[in-house]
Amino acid sequence: MTKPSKPAPVPDPETEPYWEGMRRRELLIPRCRSCSARWFPPSTSCPACSGFDYEWAAASGRGEIVTYTVVHRAPGPAFADQTPYVVAIIQLAEGPRLLTNVVECSPDEVSIGMPVEVTFEEITADATVPQFRPLAKGEGG
Amino acid sequence: MEQGNRAAVAGVGWTPVGAYPGRSAYSFMAEAALHAIADAGLTKEQVDGLIVIPSLVQPSIMPAATFIDYVGIRPQRFSAEPGMGGASGCAAIRQAAAMIEGGQATVVLVVAGDAALSGRPAGSVYAGGSQFEAAYGTFAPALYALYAQRHMHEYGTTPEQLAEVSAACRHHASLNPDAQMRDPQTVADVLASPMIAEPLHRLDCCLISDGGCAVVLTSLAQARDSQRPPVLLLGSGECHTHDKIWRAPDYVSSGAVESGRQAFAEAGLAPADIDVAEIYDCFSITPIILLEDLGFCAKGEGGPFVEGGRIRLGGELPINTHGGLLSHGQPGMGGGLFHAVEAIVQVRGDAGPRQVAGAKVALAHGNGGIFASQCTVIVGRDAA
Repeated sequence: MTKPSKPAPVPDPETEPYWEGMRRRELLIPRCRSCSARWFPPSTSCPACSGFDYEWAAASGRGEIVTYTVVHRAPGPAFADQTPYVVAIIQLAEGPRLLTNVVECSPDEVSIGMPVEVTFEEITADATVPQFRPLAKGEGG
Repeated sequence: MEQGNRAAVAGVGWTPVGAYPGRSAYSFMAEAALHAIADAGLTKEQVDGLIVIPSLVQPSIMPAATFIDYVGIRPQRFSAEPGMGGASGCAAIRQAAAMIEGGQATVVLVVAGDAALSGRPAGSVYAGGSQFEAAYGTFAPALYALYAQRHMHEYGTTPEQLAEVSAACRHHASLNPDAQMRDPQTVADVLASPMIAEPLHRLDCCLISDGGCAVVLTSLAQARDSQRPPVLLLGSGECHTHDKIWRAPDYVSSGAVESGRQAFAEAGLAPADIDVAEIYDCFSITPIILLEDLGFCAKGEGGPFVEGGRIRLGGELPINTHGGLLSHGQPGMGGGLFHAVEAIVQVRGDAGPRQVAGAKVALAHGNGGIFASQCTVIVGRDAA
């Protein structure tokens, strides 16, 4: 029996630009053309000024860990061989936060406030998701 | 408000909570509802308003209509189906009172129940949320652990303090014959249970259960005609801040600051006036944050607050005297209504071995999502 794969995201018409960006290894998040606010997840009006005029703009991909946990018991077979793994909330330099894993390091190295940068995990040929890793030394915060 | 318009709780009912294979969600709702209607001294034909908190394992497009057929009632005035997760129970009581006080209904049945333990489809696995979450192996314990870790980081809250919340709930459940888990459990037992998502151990996480409960509200005048003592809704409040956890204002507090402020202001009471508090406890961190938000202690002091027996029977503020979600059980979204039922049972003085002596005013608080939707209700004895 083959191991179940991680669930691939199912885009909808409003979020398709985000997932298209992912396939190009770009982290795109909405930016309001009226007030420059950024937000995530996508929606068709600006949560700050309620304007409807927005664009998809690349984020720096840098941020810091607001909080995290180390999961020891996975919620399903797709994640069972990943334990222990880190689930974290990252605040991007642009302001919005997102939920992710912290990868390419031991869970013991992870801490609140740690600077991180985006990397990309291809789940299927069609679906790539953002992951975050410790910011390379010398790269600044 | 004129006494004639005022709403009151006239009846409560519940089923034992635990593992009851072979029963549907609606069977628990029906049993609890019929108990509550009888407790109020009414007949089901008198119910003209209905609030059904939907089942998770038997979803229906029209849960109230499904319940209507199952139990055989035809409410003539209104029905509703709150979708506020664990806050739904307290919010439904608040809405039922508002409908009665607004003249929109005269007898409102609030009911919740689920076969969350035995009725889950075989082989089902938690799907992991939205398209922006599914790939990361998240589930409820991990999401609440994100709050717990941040609270520990900012305020020095300890695993032992978290574990005391679970141990206190278990102590109370040991006194409740209708609770699911009644064997004694210590702080050391909680800390020795398997780690799920740091810092939450298995025994820091609530149960999954079969069962149900119900509340009947009427006008105060009608409730006074019943053979049971009416219970007043003294104050209530709600606040909604986010859905996705990454949109939360922060990871150490919740909209309970606002829902609690509203409830205490309406009641003209302060936290020191509360004799017993039934506080949503999906995980051990949840009551610690909510006790702070509701003003029982300062922000950051929830950990020390729960120590030393303060939240146990006989302490300054006993919480979750039925055993809470952690040890009484969590029959789906009905778990949140049980907190309100226990608050009512306590102010009636009907709680038996787990009765808080002389309890006159009780607070119940429901929390939906990941600290997303908050509802506070304060109930008290009818002074008349």
